[in-house]
Amino acid sequence: CSVSKNNTNDMPMETSPRELTQNPLRKIWMPYKNGLPEKHISQRKVCMTNCPTLIVMVGLPARGKTYISKKLTRYLNWIGVPTKEFNVGQYRRECLKIYKNFEFFRPDNEEGLKIRRQCALSALNDVRQYLCMEGGQVAVFDATNTTRERRDTITRFAEQNGFKVFFVESVCEDPDVIAENIVQVKLGSPDYIDCNTEEAVADFMKRIKCYENSYQPLDEGLDRELSYIKIMDVGRRYLVNRVLDHIQSRIVYYLMNIHITPRSIYLCRHGESDLNVRGRIGGDSGLTSRGKEYAKSLGHFIQEQNIKDLKVWTSQMKRTIQTAEALAVPYEQWKALNEIDAGVCEEMMYEEIQEHFPLEFALRDQDKYRYRYPKGESYEDLVQRLEPVIMELERQENVLVICHQAVMRCLLAYFLDKSAEELPYLKCPLHTVLKLTPVAYGCKVESIFLNVEAVNTHRDKPENVDISRPTEEALLTVPAHQ
Amino acid sequence: MLYNMSSEQNELTQTPLLKIWVPWVHSTLSRRRGSSVPQFTNSPTVIVMVGLPARGKTYISKKLARYLNWIGVNTAVFNLGQYRREAVQTYKNYEFFRPDNEEAMKIRRNCASNALTDIGAYFTKEQGQVAVFDATNTTRERRGLILSFAKEKGYKVFFVESVCDDPDIIEQNIMQVKLSSPDYENCDKEEALEDFLKRIECYKMTYVPLDEEKDRHLSYIKIFNVGSRYLVNRVQDHIQSRIVYYLMNIHVTPRSIYLSRHGESDLNLLGRIGGDSGLSTRGQMYASALAAFVQSQSIRDLKVWTSHMKRTIQTAEALGVPYEQWKALNEIDAGMCEEMTYEEIQDHHPEEFALRDQDKYRYRYPKGESYEDMVHRLEPVIMELERQENVLVICHQAVMRCLLAYFLDKSADELPYLRCPLHTVLKLTPVAYGCKVESIFLNVQAVNTHREKPPNVDINRKTEDALQTVPEHV
Repeated sequence: CSVSKNNTNDMPMETSPRELTQNPLRKIWMPYKNGLPEKHISQRKVCMTNCPTLIVMVGLPARGKTYISKKLTRYLNWIGVPTKEFNVGQYRRECLKIYKNFEFFRPDNEEGLKIRRQCALSALNDVRQYLCMEGGQVAVFDATNTTRERRDTITRFAEQNGFKVFFVESVCEDPDVIAENIVQVKLGSPDYIDCNTEEAVADFMKRIKCYENSYQPLDEGLDRELSYIKIMDVGRRYLVNRVLDHIQSRIVYYLMNIHITPRSIYLCRHGESDLNVRGRIGGDSGLTSRGKEYAKSLGHFIQEQNIKDLKVWTSQMKRTIQTAEALAVPYEQWKALNEIDAGVCEEMMYEEIQEHFPLEFALRDQDKYRYRYPKGESYEDLVQRLEPVIMELERQENVLVICHQAVMRCLLAYFLDKSAEELPYLKCPLHTVLKLTPVAYGCKVESIFLNVEAVNTHRDKPENVDISRPTEEALLTVPAHQ
Repeated sequence: MLYNMSSEQNELTQTPLLKIWVPWVHSTLSRRRGSSVPQFTNSPTVIVMVGLPARGKTYISKKLARYLNWIGVNTAVFNLGQYRREAVQTYKNYEFFRPDNEEAMKIRRNCASNALTDIGAYFTKEQGQVAVFDATNTTRERRGLILSFAKEKGYKVFFVESVCDDPDIIEQNIMQVKLSSPDYENCDKEEALEDFLKRIECYKMTYVPLDEEKDRHLSYIKIFNVGSRYLVNRVQDHIQSRIVYYLMNIHVTPRSIYLSRHGESDLNLLGRIGGDSGLSTRGQMYASALAAFVQSQSIRDLKVWTSHMKRTIQTAEALGVPYEQWKALNEIDAGMCEEMTYEEIQDHHPEEFALRDQDKYRYRYPKGESYEDMVHRLEPVIMELERQENVLVICHQAVMRCLLAYFLDKSADELPYLRCPLHTVLKLTPVAYGCKVESIFLNVQAVNTHREKPPNVDINRKTEDALQTVPEHV
């Protein structure tokens, strides 16, 4: 669609360009009229699709559909695409209250079928609400969707509402993988709260059987007009059909890079730096003696952990590299892991920022995620620049990432599914390693303080974020420094 | 894991050109533990094309090589047809390719051997990282030969098979690239077409596609009908994952990409680099001229992209159509040299100025970026440009050089000196194996901002030598 300006004379394209003003928070140039910014501005957001997308999971129980749904949702939200998953099993649990046994899922159980159908429709209703009224861009419909009939219903629903549909089918016949799934996530399900392990496994296997007879996998011939990815054997092989747009392309790329091999990701900051102790942000200083001590402790810690094939990544700033050097192992420098660029505020103390740029300081407290330093970056910018790092972390196995406060907050927010509001305030203290281990549908976090004292660099959001606040209130939460 | 737990920690020093921190050892060169380039793969990779003639194998090979080289992975294409032309000199007709032609079979097998030898040399002697073996490779026997060769040398193998049975696409292919091949220099169109179709038949008889079952241990992507469907099997590492992503994003729908800089800016006039200034009067005139030009081209569904900087946005505003702002399209960050003139840089940072002339691609401004950094930041832009159809990108000098280098396959050495003058639109249209370029000057005068590499790049050069090639300004 193209919006052309009104031509009051008949001269082609003789319109005077609109005046531009720079939005004070995000430092985005936008046209304004009569002193007010005009809405008609488009900023590069990841999801350049003009209509919402419905991702439809397909597959027998215990094929990883919910695992994929949750992970994909987490990733899309992190990169800025509002996404929500809708798990039909949950709707069923709300409707039924008590799960007796697998008989509910028997294909000849009329009553059961009716309830299940109602649940699916109820979920689709909520999908419509989310995508049309609540600003959602992607909805993940997590259910077995194993029959062509069910999928046709969903496709028709999507067409009526102007949603694009993308199917994600998980096919797996490896009994070990299925058994592992059941142990990891089914036994802990509310459905089996009062059963012992054997009973639960036996019942669940019968449940799978109920679906098997009516399962119609996506078919290369019959379904050639649909857009989908078929994931076979936990990622050994993929069939990708008719990717329609950018977001589907990104989803496919992501799904093809994730794996379930057990591993741990270690996140930590560089050792305490000279600028840290002086309360100054940014810069490219070296480690203090305590920082060097931390680097040594980190070396010991890594050795003790006995990690298989550990990869070590740093930024290109001196302090992370000095830290890695102490480990005496090969490491890779990523420019993308550099600390947030504070632009004109580089190497300033918070007190100085308040003194020279009180407006900026207040704006930052008002919306720390979107706030961009003048001639610098925002957390939002950081997330975009860190996306390739996350993608590679997904591909890798055991990795130690030695980075910086803002960077670590962004990475942590991805793994722990933290919102844009929480992200800039996550606690990532110096000299503390966070060990993240994927488990079930999420991530286990262990925090290990390596027993070397360091200055605190965490500044909480102060109560008063008003532009005209007095200096003491602005500086209320600044941590102590030299 | 064995390593030394030495108590001393090496001092770090920052390399003057790349601004990379490395451990500093007094005399000898220390083995650098830190690599500053992302490790895409630890062993060389052979990409093996598979498919009948006229299925786009050479098109894919050349495009893939161009992309990989641009992102910094040394890649070369080894086209078997060329080896054959060198061996046989004159091509008579399709009979050469008959499966029962013993003499020809011998020659073709030799060519394949030679190509593999050259691939080995490329990896060991020329720091090659990826070799694309562009041939039909339609028999299991031939592919087995390549796999043994690779296994013996420790190379990874990734197959790219193109399967297509749409007769229109195949004919299109033949028209676009086969008729002008050296093989058909002295033939008229119909003869050539007929002969080529018979050539394809020769291959069909022995064609064994990659098989889901039998080849389940191989790493490959099968592309069906120019990308409507893909089968991906056993992606082994990062580079293969990137290759798959790239192949899944490219298309052959005809379209054009328009590259242009913002209109002349106030800082341009003053001979100052970087900054975030607005358009000069002439710059605004250019913006209007650009709008007229775009309208006159009658471009279907044109997307317009700008950077986040005022001057590109002001330029786009004059078009009166929706546009998208990309931070990734921002001009190179000159760090401490932002908003300086070249004269001032020479005055305050003469060593930096000289280093930049010594290696303009890799040189990173203090607290700023290098062209090399920019290529990494522009990669998502290129990927999206591949996905899109008609796009107008309004950007900046250094940015435009990087994008142009991708489309025109320019090396890292040529890239920083590509000419991208103000007020000139470059229209790029993919054709055959490359890109047609039309340069359209929109008839609004502007200052010249192109600084050539001066003859003297020595750190100790005189000021006049350093400033010899600085373009005029206010």
